[in-house]
Amino acid sequence: MSPEPFLGDVEHSPVRHHILSVLVENKAGVLARVAGLFARRGFNIYSLAVAPAESHERFSRITIVVDAETAPLEQVFGQLHKLVNVVEISDIAPDDAVEREVLLATIPTDVDNRTSLLDVIGAANASIVDVDAHHVTVMLAATPAGCDALERALEAHPGVELHRTGRVAVPRLGVPTHEPMRSR
Amino acid sequence: MEITGAQALIKSLEHEGVEVVFGLPGGAILPVYDPILDSPIRHILVRHEQGAGHMAEGYALATGRPGVAMVTSGPGATNIVTPIANAHMDSTPLVVVTGQVARAAIGTDAFQECDITGITMGITKHNFLVTSASEIPRAIAAAFHLATTGRPGPVLVDLPKDVAQSTMEWWYPAGVEELDLPGYRPLAGVDEAALERAAALLATSERPVLYVGGGVLKARAHEQLRAFAERTRIPVVTTLMARGAFPDSHELALGMPGMHGTYAAVTAIQRADLLIAVGTRFDDRVTGRVSAFAPGAKVIHVDIDAAEINKIRHAEVALRADAAGALGALEEMGAAPANLDVWWKEIRTWQESYPLTYDPPAEAGPLRPQQVIESIHAASPEGTVVAAGVGQHQMWASQFWRFEEPGTWINSGGAGTMGFGVPAAIGAKVGRPERTVWCIDGDGCFQMTAQELTTARAEGIPIKVAILNNAYLGMVRQWQEMFYEERYSEVYLNADLPDYVKWAEAMGCVGLRARTPDEMRAAIEEANAITDVPVVVDFRTDTSEKVFPMVAAGASNDDIMVHPSQRGRA
Repeated sequence: MSPEPFLGDVEHSPVRHHILSVLVENKAGVLARVAGLFARRGFNIYSLAVAPAESHERFSRITIVVDAETAPLEQVFGQLHKLVNVVEISDIAPDDAVEREVLLATIPTDVDNRTSLLDVIGAANASIVDVDAHHVTVMLAATPAGCDALERALEAHPGVELHRTGRVAVPRLGVPTHEPMRSR
Repeated sequence: MEITGAQALIKSLEHEGVEVVFGLPGGAILPVYDPILDSPIRHILVRHEQGAGHMAEGYALATGRPGVAMVTSGPGATNIVTPIANAHMDSTPLVVVTGQVARAAIGTDAFQECDITGITMGITKHNFLVTSASEIPRAIAAAFHLATTGRPGPVLVDLPKDVAQSTMEWWYPAGVEELDLPGYRPLAGVDEAALERAAALLATSERPVLYVGGGVLKARAHEQLRAFAERTRIPVVTTLMARGAFPDSHELALGMPGMHGTYAAVTAIQRADLLIAVGTRFDDRVTGRVSAFAPGAKVIHVDIDAAEINKIRHAEVALRADAAGALGALEEMGAAPANLDVWWKEIRTWQESYPLTYDPPAEAGPLRPQQVIESIHAASPEGTVVAAGVGQHQMWASQFWRFEEPGTWINSGGAGTMGFGVPAAIGAKVGRPERTVWCIDGDGCFQMTAQELTTARAEGIPIKVAILNNAYLGMVRQWQEMFYEERYSEVYLNADLPDYVKWAEAMGCVGLRARTPDEMRAAIEEANAITDVPVVVDFRTDTSEKVFPMVAAGASNDDIMVHPSQRGRA
């Protein structure tokens, strides 16, 4: 793990959010079921990341950051659990979470901006992952706040193309996770 | 034994004990209709797929067993979307099989293709697209398991044509563990700590009310409810979905709460210090303005669906359990409030001051709709099953019929689906052929699904339909009269167009008409005497009649409007 980037964990996103780690069956249409549920119940998704689960090809893990203002957690839990393909839900409060996301950005470069750009990349602990005569692509795996900070810094460069993955999270070691609710 | 997917589907339905399927064939489901010829399962050929869905619902509500419907792809599937949504809102166990285009054609905009699993994602408990013939038994077994356990609901199984045509080695899941549902764990058991807290709240309550919803019927908990109510002497209100869960003739029964509930039921809830809410979801038609609903009451909420707890109203005690289990456990604990005499004295004065009422009809007519319902009730056998559409007639039926046992009231609650009545009554009669089945319908509702009377005549299903014909979309008319300054917009239907008697006769039914109280009594007697074919009676009712009591939408239940003749009473 690389050292914490500048602005690291200090600045929190202004949205009151909550992180749900949802283990689902890896079947066609399951993401649509989860996303559709959020849409029709009026719960706002702040970010969402999906990947095959660690242990088993039968399952996938969806990490959903929800806007807690629009989505009373108990309701989100209860409604999500009613989806037959949802196997387990853990809920991680932002303060108890180790959160990371990946940012990829391609920035046009020339002699005028190269130095300042390298400063920003260095300060953010980002890495250069691709380069040609006129562009550089940088990558940062960091906290959402760290990615926010780099994004703001890069916005100064015209023509930047930037992608973020949405965050994944695990509980901080030593913090008990909430008991997964098992009901419908 | 090697059989086709189509044969496997029918065999699977037989395995699940299905006795009747409501449906209509078409291209994509064609292979499945062949083995039906060789099956003991009765198939009822509907005239519109919506009819198949509502019939399956009526069957399920009358019998407690899951209703089964089968239709083709594309428009066949979309035509049954309304019943699926209806069953989802009312937690009715339904298994719907839809044909689908062949796997290779899925996603190509093929003829009669539509993404029915996508369309019904939000209105089914779950749905399946079956992609191989060997998976058919598991999908059907899982569909029945999901539809009937936990909080019941509709499950759809979408079957591509080539899957039905391909072959498989017959097998059937031996038990739940073979259904491959790792995320499905319906609640079981009652939390002891919560039970004790519930008992403590009961012990100190002076003004408790049992607020009983459809979950009591779904859980077949009416006997536990009755035992608990009779021992504790707690007054019982039964929501629109729970009519029949507790006998209306019982001294503890206050009738229906909510927008058109009885004054006693609505007011008892408003003054209560404790609501024991069982299998009910604090629907807006019951609560009125939520912030003003039962303001002094603590809540014990029993529900099999954990997502219903604290959704609308905070529960001081949550019992995430099946109604029968929870009521049985409370009964076993002997939990009870102390003396409720003062509370009952208060409730009796409300019942005496504000009973359900209507103005007497003139001898020359028009009829009062409430009187028609009371007269049918009086002239029909005990245990008659009543189905209704949606609107004024539905509210009057719920108010003025006397429901004494489960499965005798078939109606569309949450979704409010006009046209539900006729097909639902047909489904109920199929499930309980020994019972007299009356559909209390409105003229607007009747016109939406009346074609299924052709089905009823062809299949020998002798239901009786009472059209309360006021020539209007009556409930909308009532709101326009009361809240839109009598500006009647697009609500007039014309009592004589269509001619309901001729229409009934054209469909092979007996058609009758009644304009005066004398004609009404004669028509009811004649209708009840006919037991071989369906009967339709066109009752000409007073256009200006309104449903009272009424709580305006979004108003507090404290602002209940009683019948005009009762206004100003203490």
